[in-house]
Amino acid sequence: MPYTADKPPLPETPEQLRARIPGWGADLDPADRPSSPREVRGLKTGAHWDLPEQQEEHQPRERSIEHARLTPVFGTSVPLKGLSGVVRRYAYERFSEARAAHWLLLIAADRVDAVESHLASLFTRRPDNPLTETGVLAEPSYHPVRSRAGRVDVRHQILDPVIVVGPWVLAGVVVYRRVRAMVRRART
Amino acid sequence: MRAMVYRGPYKIRVEEKDLPLIEHPNDAIVRVTTAAICGSDLHLYHGLMPDTRVGSTFGHEFVGVVHEVGPSVRNLSVGDRVMVPFNIYCGTCYFCARGLYSNCHNVNPNATAVGGIYGYSHTTGGYDGAQAEYVRVPFADVGPTIVPDWMDEEDAVLCTDALATGYFGAQLADIAEGDVVVVFGAGPVGLFAARSAWLMGAGRVIVVDHIEDRLEMARSFAYAETVNFTQHKDIVVEMKRTTGWLGADRVIDAVGAEADGHLLQHVTSAKLKLQGGSPVALNWAIDSVRKGGTVSVMGAYGPIFSAVKFGDAMNKGLTLRMNQAPVKRQWPRLFEHMRNGYLTPSDIVTHRIPLEHIAEGYHIFSAKLDGCIKPLVVPGAA
Ligand SMILES: NC(=O)c1ccc[n+]([C@@H]2O[C@H](COP(=O)([O-])OP(=O)(O)OC[C@H]3O[C@@H](n4cnc5c(N)ncnc54)[C@H](O)[C@@H]3O)[C@@H](O)[C@H]2O)c1
Ligand SMILES: [Zn+2]
Ligand SMILES: [Zn+2]
Repeated sequence: MPYTADKPPLPETPEQLRARIPGWGADLDPADRPSSPREVRGLKTGAHWDLPEQQEEHQPRERSIEHARLTPVFGTSVPLKGLSGVVRRYAYERFSEARAAHWLLLIAADRVDAVESHLASLFTRRPDNPLTETGVLAEPSYHPVRSRAGRVDVRHQILDPVIVVGPWVLAGVVVYRRVRAMVRRART
Repeated sequence: MRAMVYRGPYKIRVEEKDLPLIEHPNDAIVRVTTAAICGSDLHLYHGLMPDTRVGSTFGHEFVGVVHEVGPSVRNLSVGDRVMVPFNIYCGTCYFCARGLYSNCHNVNPNATAVGGIYGYSHTTGGYDGAQAEYVRVPFADVGPTIVPDWMDEEDAVLCTDALATGYFGAQLADIAEGDVVVVFGAGPVGLFAARSAWLMGAGRVIVVDHIEDRLEMARSFAYAETVNFTQHKDIVVEMKRTTGWLGADRVIDAVGAEADGHLLQHVTSAKLKLQGGSPVALNWAIDSVRKGGTVSVMGAYGPIFSAVKFGDAMNKGLTLRMNQAPVKRQWPRLFEHMRNGYLTPSDIVTHRIPLEHIAEGYHIFSAKLDGCIKPLVVPGAA
């Protein structure tokens, strides 16, 4: 059949579909759909400016070098700080979004950020707690075995704990080395 | 205020944070009454999205009450009950002026390749999100809409992303009457895309996933045929077989970066972060669609390269269409469909989680336990 010009027959007629499915065909006309055509002028957006006013920049805001200027509005969550901040700033200042280095540095900085933040949390009144923060304590009450039956993602779910515990092991090694070096220095 | 805070991959907790401030004359501060966790949040939670900073708050689907407005805000007043699209956008830049609200040029200094999104890493602008008691809403005159009286709170939350995205995905698929439509992924986006495909006149809708609870929802909620890909040696051959060996006319990828089904692809992207995303479902889509057909990509991928089968797409003469959904463009029509009873979004909500227990909520949704399909987050409910 695919070797002739005919379209394979459908199991149901439009009448059957209309009877079975609420709203079948309500948007039948491709030209009368909200995103058609994709680009249109003159939509009412509620904006009453040509160029939005500039949000104040209280501290130097990193930006993509593919932008000519700081955008009029930007997020101010978690400004750059620490070693991860240095790496992130370098990624933004040095490489465009077109460069793999830009994104790979940002990903690396995310890992550094996690380690830095875990270490820093040890010196606060609320150190990170992998048990409560990963939500694994919920497992027993939400059918951990039945929910996973027959799924393909179970094969790599075992990697998740490695990703979670990894930074802790790393942090532990760093702390251990530091302390050992300090002790040695104190002895000599 | 209380807010969800990211502490590194797979780790979040609830912390006391300062109330957000008006930082621009057209900002508003909204007190969140209901938020949600999206499949996209999982990319952040798993540490896949570059420049996701420890200390940031996620959440881009929310409904709330206006708590404070900046001096230039005209269209909203304190006390208004609003629903807010996940896109942050200015309304007047080159792209907004053409209706590409999700591609706004004036809200994301960190990248030009993506617009602004609430609580979605610095790669989308560094805004804090709405899995919190309060959230800063930039361009308050542009994004938010007052929730219509007749609309239920949970339906309204689903309009701010998942429903609008699924509906948009079906539109990008260029569906014409009688088309055979395959949807990969039976999460909220896939379920809504499948249901929307019928509105556009699909002749058959087939949903593919490997989680039985979700396939059951695809049958009952989206009136679709379903295929569990684990039960076939090669899902592409099965798609060919079931479409008379031609392939489907239109295929929608509602899976994205963490697709399963190919261990190496999944591990190199979702676990090792060497790819922008695991293109398993996208490649299945490219190979399952008929020559000359359309693939609509709603699944999100990171900005790094992914091993996509581009040669097949070229040789088959495919049309690939994709974007983050410009949510508010969909609303007038979606509201009509909801009033007519054609779309009933909150039917897919399975869990309602108090903000204080959000770490467990993320785990349940991420590991897909307990039949979780769409979890909502309720601040102040604990
Ligand atoms: N374009 C947009 O505007 C937009 C908006 C919202 C969400 N998204 C993206 O859409 C995707 C889906 O979102 P969601 O909330 O439904 O997420 P979800 O995680 O709940 O759903 C994804 C589903 O895909 C299934 N799946 C995994 N591998 C598969 C494969 N190879 N074939 C078929 N199914 C497979 C999973 O079992 C799961 O049911 C995500 O990537 C999300 O980031 C995009
Ligand atoms: Zn989303
Ligand atoms: Zn804009």
